[in-house]
Amino acid sequence: MARMAPFVEHLFRRAAFGLSPVERDRFARGYSDRQIIDSLLVFDAGATDVDGAIGTPGHVGVTIGARFTPNTNINQARQRWLFRMVHSPAPLQERMALIWHHHFATAQSKIAGVYGGADSTRLLAAKPSEDPTGHRGQIELFRQYALGRFEDLLVEVAKDPAMLVWLDGRLNVKGTPQENFGRELMELFTVGVGFHTEEDVYAAARVFTGWNLRRTNRGDEAGTASYEFNYRAAQHETGPKEFSFAIYPSGPTPNRIPARSAADGLQDGLDLIHALAVHPETARRMARRLWTWFVSETAPPDEAFVASIARVYLDGGTQMRPVLRAVLTSPQFGDERNFHQRYSWPVEYAVRTLKEVGYLGFSVGDLLTPLLNMGQQLFEPPDVNGWALGPGWFSTSAMLSRMNFASQLATNQRVALRDAARAHAATPEALVDFVHDTLTLPDPPPPHYQAALDYVRAGGAWTGSDAQLLARSAGLFHLLAGSAEYQFL
Amino acid sequence: MTFTRREFIKGGVSAFTIGFAAPAFLSDLAVAQGSSRRSLVVLYLSGGNDALSMLVPYTDSFYYSRRPTLAVPAGSVLQIGGDSTGKPLGLHPRLTTLRQIYDQGRLAFVQRTGYANSSRSHFLGTDIWSTANPGNTTGDGWLGRYLETLPSPVDPLTGWSTVRELPHTLKADRVSVPSIPSVAGYALQSPNTGIEGTYSRAGLEAFASHLPPERPHLSFVNTSIQAALATLDRVGTVATYVPTVAYPTSGLGQAFRAVAGAIVRGIGTKVFWVQTGGFDTHASQGVNQANGAYANLMGTVNAAVGAFYADMLNQGLIDDTLILQFSEFGRRINENASSGTDHGAAAVMMALGGTVQGGLFGTAPSLNPGSDTLENNSNDVRFETDFRSVYAQVIDNWLGANSVDILGGDFRKPSLSFI
Repeated sequence: MARMAPFVEHLFRRAAFGLSPVERDRFARGYSDRQIIDSLLVFDAGATDVDGAIGTPGHVGVTIGARFTPNTNINQARQRWLFRMVHSPAPLQERMALIWHHHFATAQSKIAGVYGGADSTRLLAAKPSEDPTGHRGQIELFRQYALGRFEDLLVEVAKDPAMLVWLDGRLNVKGTPQENFGRELMELFTVGVGFHTEEDVYAAARVFTGWNLRRTNRGDEAGTASYEFNYRAAQHETGPKEFSFAIYPSGPTPNRIPARSAADGLQDGLDLIHALAVHPETARRMARRLWTWFVSETAPPDEAFVASIARVYLDGGTQMRPVLRAVLTSPQFGDERNFHQRYSWPVEYAVRTLKEVGYLGFSVGDLLTPLLNMGQQLFEPPDVNGWALGPGWFSTSAMLSRMNFASQLATNQRVALRDAARAHAATPEALVDFVHDTLTLPDPPPPHYQAALDYVRAGGAWTGSDAQLLARSAGLFHLLAGSAEYQFL
Repeated sequence: MTFTRREFIKGGVSAFTIGFAAPAFLSDLAVAQGSSRRSLVVLYLSGGNDALSMLVPYTDSFYYSRRPTLAVPAGSVLQIGGDSTGKPLGLHPRLTTLRQIYDQGRLAFVQRTGYANSSRSHFLGTDIWSTANPGNTTGDGWLGRYLETLPSPVDPLTGWSTVRELPHTLKADRVSVPSIPSVAGYALQSPNTGIEGTYSRAGLEAFASHLPPERPHLSFVNTSIQAALATLDRVGTVATYVPTVAYPTSGLGQAFRAVAGAIVRGIGTKVFWVQTGGFDTHASQGVNQANGAYANLMGTVNAAVGAFYADMLNQGLIDDTLILQFSEFGRRINENASSGTDHGAAAVMMALGGTVQGGLFGTAPSLNPGSDTLENNSNDVRFETDFRSVYAQVIDNWLGANSVDILGGDFRKPSLSFI
């Protein structure tokens, strides 16, 4: 398997979910790095439709059962998203959706406790074109705004029915404000710890009083209730709200949201969200988070990178597409010292493994339990802080689960791996090189290379027979896809 | 919750990797280090346990006026006497087994634990309780620091987390604690069986044995693989444990069952981590309803801890067992409009075991607005006992280590004589 340029492989590990054979073919020659970056950045968020390929030949399988209803069945919603990660022509859109899912972490279980399993799935995953009421699930919101304007995304999230349940905004009423959303809006979604006070939390809770949702049941049939944002003016606190930071930098009382009539009270929240979206600390925090998501987890954020990305974010009015372009074209992103310096999440690891080892004849339905064992379940982040980054994913049991998934997939792909390896069966070295290249691994250190050769040669002479290839090519993919090196993006 | 990557690099993953022993040596090591059979089981109630619903000041009229729907009626609490000021307290009605242990003198409550300027953030709060260092919440955990005081190399099963993610409390630079949420699932697969399978395992071991000092992160992952391969067989013995009592089927119950198996099988673990969530009860807290959220949480804790206590008692190991419970904060005194409670300050801790001196330590707050036992405009309960004093008691008197070294200061408080 021919290697792509190291930068292209790096770009696809970070900004996509690895390189599938389809992508290798598409970008095999004739494209500059800049053109490939553009092809990842520029997509029509509304038009990319990979879902039509579900269940068709040439793609990873889905486990459908009686009916495929990803709008109302959470495990099928998980499968649909994994399918999109493997096959979307706009992989950066899916990656950004995953990042926003992490940033605005919302778990299905809590919503299911209020509205049941089917409707909670709709609130998170429904595609408007397929939903009886045209509901846009939260993940579709994240896909739509994947590289859109962050301030708009914040407003949409604040009005999103799933979020209104998740952070209890629906319970936030005059007289007894509910702090949950206001707190996390500042602590997790925007400025972060250290740039707001406890009093700001109380004020923010009052700002969002009355931001609620309306549930309308259109008949008895399950899955037909409609959920929509509803500002309840009568529940809004109309008094002024003081903050420790400026809401109106050039106004006469910059830190105060003025008293407003209940009818106009929705503006309080829009003003606060605007102030937080364009707060310099939000810009810096966003830049630092982009550093860890895209550039490196093993080196602290580079100050020049943070300053430059924060400037693009603010100058562009919080538009994310120019921000991502700046990230992917930054010298730090392209610096080879930052290659293979991100600990993969289970979803990233598993999808990359599918794209690089093989997926024909495998179902993403068989990925759900391994992902759970590795510690990650889509639509079920552990808490409002999302998933942790870093070495915490590599506990002994989680690592064992990754190695076991590599074994499961290599077993499933055994025949295809044997056939692909036939052209590289002449020597143990050729076979090891082939597997290394397929997995876009960096040059192995001598002890690793030797260990791989020792495995191929174990138990007797290497002949390259079909029987040997059947056992050892699958075995070698297991060893290398289960190795520490392959856990890094 | 930045999981200490930076510290971990600065402090030296490379240093951490040196302390690893070859697998064949490990069981001997476990035996050698097992001179004390004592086990510490840390129980974390995640989300901010509502101390006032667990340990109820049922004669405080402000408890009832400030919690009109959530207060536990005085007639329902399980009375357990009064604190040192004579203020009567009662347990949540679902804590029936814990009340029996309390009556036997083997359960201690430490009321109003916390620290100055209590964080209302789950993440910062948890990091503070985990590191026992409000000034630097990204460093190693307090029990991680304890594990590092043990003679090196430390056996990889000295600590055991029953949740998938390594809790910050157990994080250390030089000691890797395995996460084993399911003993049954802790097994190695391979695409080929028989002799081919042994080649695969040998290959995995060879790959993982490479710990390049210039690649500390890679080495870290490899030590996890090494620890997994080195502990498979011993963990396998735990899977066959037959307890003396029926454990509840809850996640918490099953976690305690695994802990009991590990203790009875004597595989050398000194520190266990068990955890249960759902305590972030902002809405519909359901303290009093038969199937209410908080009532169920208390039922879950009572059943799981109760089964474990009974099992250890039957096995003759309760005198070597200490359970220490904490949560990242208590909750707001006034109930909110959603029949829930928001993030508050001081928390309640429990310690139980065969050698615990039970009772009520510390004093209950007065919920009368303006009382000096309150803070944040009398919205929250102010801490009385620094949580690090509780840790110090456990470090010095149970783990046999030096709390001043581990906590970086003298938090000893002799009156806190629960152990």
